[in-house]
This record gives sequence, C-alpha cells and structure tokens, in this order.
Amino acid sequence: MDYFVQQLINGLTLGSIYGLIAIGYTMVYGIIGMVNFAHGDVFMLAAFIALILFLLLMQVLGGLALGLALVIVLLLGMALTSLWGWVIERLAYRPLRGSFRLAPLISAIGMSIFLSNFVQLVQGPRNKTLEPILSNVLVFPVGEGSVTLAEKQLVIMVVTAALLGVLWYVVRYTSLGRAQRACEQDRKMASLLGVDVDRTVSLTFIIGAMLASVAGLLWMMYYGVVSFSDGFVPGVKAFTAAVLGGIGSLPGAVLGGLLIGLIETFWSAYFTIDYKDVAAFSILAIVLIFLPSGLLGRPDVEKV
Amino acid sequence: MGAPADALKKALIAGLVTLGLCFPIVALRTDANFSNQLVLTPRWGLTFTLAAIAAVGVFLISLLRPAGFERATPKRALDTAPPHPFFRYLPRIGLVLLLAYPFLALAISASGGPGLLKLVDTYGIQILIYVLLGLGLNIILGLAGLLDLGFVAFYAVGAYSSALLTTTFGLSFWIVLPLAGILAAFWGVMISLPVLRLKGDYIAIVTLAFAEIVRLVLVNWVPVTGGYAGISSIPKPTLLGLSLGPEPGSLTSLLGIPFSPFYRLAFMYYLVLALALAAYWATLRLRTLPVGRAWEAMREDEIACRSLGINTVATKVSAFAAGAFFGGIAGAFFSAHYGFISPKSFEFLESAMIVAIVVLGGLGSMIGVVIAATVMVGGTELLRELGVLKAVFGPDFDPAQYRMLLFGLAMVMLMVWRPKGLIATREPTVRLKPQPTRGAPAVSAGE
Repeated sequence: MDYFVQQLINGLTLGSIYGLIAIGYTMVYGIIGMVNFAHGDVFMLAAFIALILFLLLMQVLGGLALGLALVIVLLLGMALTSLWGWVIERLAYRPLRGSFRLAPLISAIGMSIFLSNFVQLVQGPRNKTLEPILSNVLVFPVGEGSVTLAEKQLVIMVVTAALLGVLWYVVRYTSLGRAQRACEQDRKMASLLGVDVDRTVSLTFIIGAMLASVAGLLWMMYYGVVSFSDGFVPGVKAFTAAVLGGIGSLPGAVLGGLLIGLIETFWSAYFTIDYKDVAAFSILAIVLIFLPSGLLGRPDVEKV
Repeated sequence: MGAPADALKKALIAGLVTLGLCFPIVALRTDANFSNQLVLTPRWGLTFTLAAIAAVGVFLISLLRPAGFERATPKRALDTAPPHPFFRYLPRIGLVLLLAYPFLALAISASGGPGLLKLVDTYGIQILIYVLLGLGLNIILGLAGLLDLGFVAFYAVGAYSSALLTTTFGLSFWIVLPLAGILAAFWGVMISLPVLRLKGDYIAIVTLAFAEIVRLVLVNWVPVTGGYAGISSIPKPTLLGLSLGPEPGSLTSLLGIPFSPFYRLAFMYYLVLALALAAYWATLRLRTLPVGRAWEAMREDEIACRSLGINTVATKVSAFAAGAFFGGIAGAFFSAHYGFISPKSFEFLESAMIVAIVVLGGLGSMIGVVIAATVMVGGTELLRELGVLKAVFGPDFDPAQYRMLLFGLAMVMLMVWRPKGLIATREPTVRLKPQPTRGAPAVSAGE
C-alpha cells in the first residue's frame, strides 16, 4: 500500500511536468492546427536557461536565499524563453501560414534539430549535473509503512496547480482568451470580426513557451540533470499526453499529462524500467486507434 | 526616403532580440570542474559578436529589400516548346557519369585528390543508400501523401533481419536481400493498420512513436539484438559465390590479379547503384499502374477518392508496403556493406533526414529525391572537410559540429523560401484534359 502511494506521488509529480509541456502543444494545435515539433526542444532550452540563471544567482546571492533565487529564475526564465518562442514563431512558422499542409511540421522538425544542436554547441555535449536542492522530505505513515514527499515534489505540484488556475482564468475571462477561443473556432471569421490573428497566435506561442519554461525549471530541479538531448523524449511524451487528453482541450492536456506520468511510473515500478517509453508510445498508438479524439476532445467532423 | 532610418530601427531591434536570446545560453557556459560542480564561464565577446552579426545582417537585408522577404513563387511554365536537346540527353549523361564514377574517383585519388575510400564510400555509396531510402519514402510521402516520420523503422527492420539471418543461419546475402525487403514490407502493412483511421499530423506522430518503439526494442532486447553493442561481423556479399576479400579462394586470387580494396568498393557501389536504379524504375512503373494512380489521387483528395470508389484502405496499405520494401532493401545493403549495425544508426534524426530529402526533392519528384539526397548528404559530409573554415576561425574550430545545426536551419529556410522543394514543378502522371488552369498548385489542396 505504501509502495503504491509512493509511486502515485512520483507519478503525479512527473505528470505535472508533462502536463505543463502538453498545454503548449495543445494550445498551438488548437489555434493553427500544427504540431509544434520544436516545443520539446524549447522545454530543453528552458531547462538550460533555468540552470544557468540559477547558478548565476547562487553566485550572486551566495546560496542564502534559495527561495528568492528560484522565484527570480522562474520569472526571468519565463521572460527569456517566451522571447525564444516568439522568435521561433516569427521566423519559422509565420511565413508558412497558408503554405501546404506539411510545411509547418517540417519546418518545426528543422527547428527542433537546430535547437538541440545549438544547445549542444554552445553548452557542450555533457550532462549538466546540479547538486540536489529542496530535497528535504516529509514522511507520512501510510498503512504499515510510510510514504515520503520531497519538498521539490510539493513545489512542483503546487506550482503546476497555481499556473493552471492562472491559465484557466486567462483563457476564460480575458480578451486574449476570448480571441484565442475565437481563432480556434474559425480563424478567418475571427479576423473579419477584428481579432488580430497574428498577434493572438504569437501570444499563444509565448504562453506555451512560458509554461515550457516553468516545466524546464521544475525538471531541472527534480532530476538535477539536464542534457541537450532531453527535449525529444519528454516532448513526444507530452504530445502523447495532449493527444490522450484530446488535442485542443486544456483540461485534457493536464489530464493526459498526469495519466502518462502515472502510467510511466507504475510501469517502471511494477514491470520493467527498460520498456517504460515503449509503454508510453504504445498508449499513444492505442488511443489514436480506438479513441481518435482523446478523452476530453471533441470529435473531429470533416466538412466537405 | 526613410528607408535607412527604418532599416536602422529594424537592425537595432534584431540586435537587441539576439542579445536577449543569447543572454544566458550563449553568454554563460556551464562546465563541470574537477570536484564535479558546475561553474560558469562568461563569453560576452561571442554574445555581442552574434548580436552585431544579426543587426548588420538585418540592416543590409532591409536596405536591399525594403519590401521585406518575398517568397519565391514557382512560375508556371507557359511555354510548351520542347526542351533543349541537352536536357533530353541529361538522364543518359547522368547514368554514364554514375557508372563511371568509381573509375573517376580512382583517377582523382591517384592524382592527389582525397582518398578513394572517402570518394566512393562516403560520397558514392552513402548517398546512394539515402537515394534508395528517399525513393522508398517517396512512395509513402511523395506519392500517397502520408507523412511517415518513422521510416527509419523499416530501414532498421531490414538491417537487423538481414544481419540476424546471415549471422545466425548462415544464409547468403542474395537470399536475405529480398527477404529483408519482404519482412520490412510486412512491418509496413502492420504499421499502416493503425494509421488507416488517422490523417495528417496524427499519422506523423503514430509512425514516429512506432519507430521509437522499434528502436527501444533493439536497444533493450539484448539477447537477440545485442543492445547498444549491436551486431558485428556481418558477412559481405559475394559475387557468384566468390568473395572479393584478400583471403584465398576469392575472386581476385582466382583471376590471378593482386588484391585491392578498390574491387570490393566498386562492387558495392555498383550493387547499390543497381538497387537504386531498380527502385527508380519500379516506382516509375508503379506510378502508371492503377495502384500508383490511386496513391496520387489519394494524396490530392482522400474524400474525392473514396467517393469515386477507390479503396483507400488497400491504397494506404499498399503504399506503406511498397515504401517499406525499399527501406528494408536499403537496410539489408547497409548492414552487409558496413558489417556492423547498432541502434545508433536508426535514431529519429535519420527519419528526419529522409523526410527532408523527400520534401526538398519536391514531394513526389523522383529526380528531385536524387538531387536532394546528393545535396543534403553530400553537403553535410562536405562540411566535415572544409579546412578553409579552420584557417578563418582558428585551429580548434570543428566544422563537423555545425553539420546538424546547419541541417536543421536549412530545413527551416527551405520551407520558408521554397516550400515546394527544389524540383517544384511536378507533372501529373496521367492527365485527362490538356492543361487544367487551376490557380493553386496541386499539393496545397490537401487542407
């Protein structure tokens, strides 16, 4: 029982990070109908930015104010990563609006290759290992045994929940959110009614990059290791999460992220760790075959 | 009038944005010191240089082209005049050049050029393997319009099945070659089944996931595949049962001529050339068959296809099977040629490379695939060689590091400037009416 609860906590932590990345995929797909293949690499880049900023602040502040440093890293990292997100959209995707269907996806694959090699080039190919932070654990008795909850796991879940609240408010109640939902339903009609579509798409990419930046920081904090090749697999898994939850649906992305995190953790805990990625990818295929619109997505009706 | 001021403003913005992009990631490099702690090395010089390059570049571009970037739109060929005789003979000239290539390479390396191995192996055989792979994916992506991001899976299936069959059961390469193709085609059918109900980007992701599953199985199923260590000492192909190696009983000793590694290289070169030409010819024939026409019709409009009574299920499955067959053949050749395979050769990057080749080739144009494979593979290999850059940027500048960086950048830039690929004019295989005057190019009708 305690083992099960422990895995549940680990799975939810991992799932929170996947959920944050998955939102970036699902929002972009909802608005312009493209798979932003480079999003996983934006996440990896954000993890690097967070790592460097954290080291810098530790030098400046002398390791006294860990909490303050993390908050500054969070905010500054979000700003810098959103700049990347904006530039990528502007240079690699916007000129392709209205081009043939596969063009943005191929451009995104090129961007993904560019980003991972760029980081490899400027930061070196080795893994960057950080000393563990926020590793104090809280111990709860469960059944006969006990369950540990590390501070960082708590931070990850709280930050994710808070961000989702903010995002929900933005999409539901602000004019940006209304514009986004309008573009999602019908881009041409929205622009006829005075919605600045280009600006809305840019802001969507910026929001996606911001959430990826938070995910990058949390990832860096949780595992303490970042590498230039870390973008691909979490990226594909987060996309799987978005598809599982129903692409285009924000709650679906979070639900999918949590499910993928849980499945991966429980698979590693009860079966074999070697095939945990196989489990995640197989679920993607199975979901798409039997439930093409995902758990919370709307069925895709094709009009001729 | 205000063009210079405008350009200056744009340049300033570009410079500042670049500075912002580079601030932590370029300006501060993290390195582990001896006690395994991360330390930061500032590199402000590089950062400001990059920002300055961006600013100057944008300034010059906006001065020279104040209207902004104009995308190259392929002009419609209006003249129906017969092409210059040179173009009519171009295929034959190309074929003769391809056939003569090993001997040209021999002459070049004898006259002090780069080594023979490099010329024939890297530039000849490697490019032709990619041509073969590109022709395989061309059927799935170029003709049938199904974006397969996991084509490398078929390549891997072909390579591993041929390696396992030759090393475990001692079968000859010539038996294994078609077997590998058939096994890969079988896998193509299998992967096409979940794809049947999907469309567009979903196909891309499912095939990508499938390729990752195949790769992970290759990595983890150690008793059979050897894991990361891979499979080594795969026997080389023989010519009529005779080996081309230095050992006694080989073809060279039988003929009484001294052994030279050139014979084997040339043999392998002609073998892969023959395979590529066969694939080219087969695709050409397939396109005129009903199944090939159905592929192209499905690419243009799947719904119209279905309403006209074309069985789209059979069409998709056959496209995957045919494409995978060529992928498997390429894999079998790859494993036999290099004698060693490991999961490292079948990563996602290979799939991206093959997709890039087909897309740059113009999605469906076969000669485009050949040109794109030569440009992409040859170009990135050439980058390794450029000693000139070393002289410019200092001795510890390694151009090979920039290979994939530039490859990714090239993919983005080609999509932005030439989204229709290098060979932009693709003629339909069958045409019922003389020349339909449609506004939109054929591929954009996919949405």
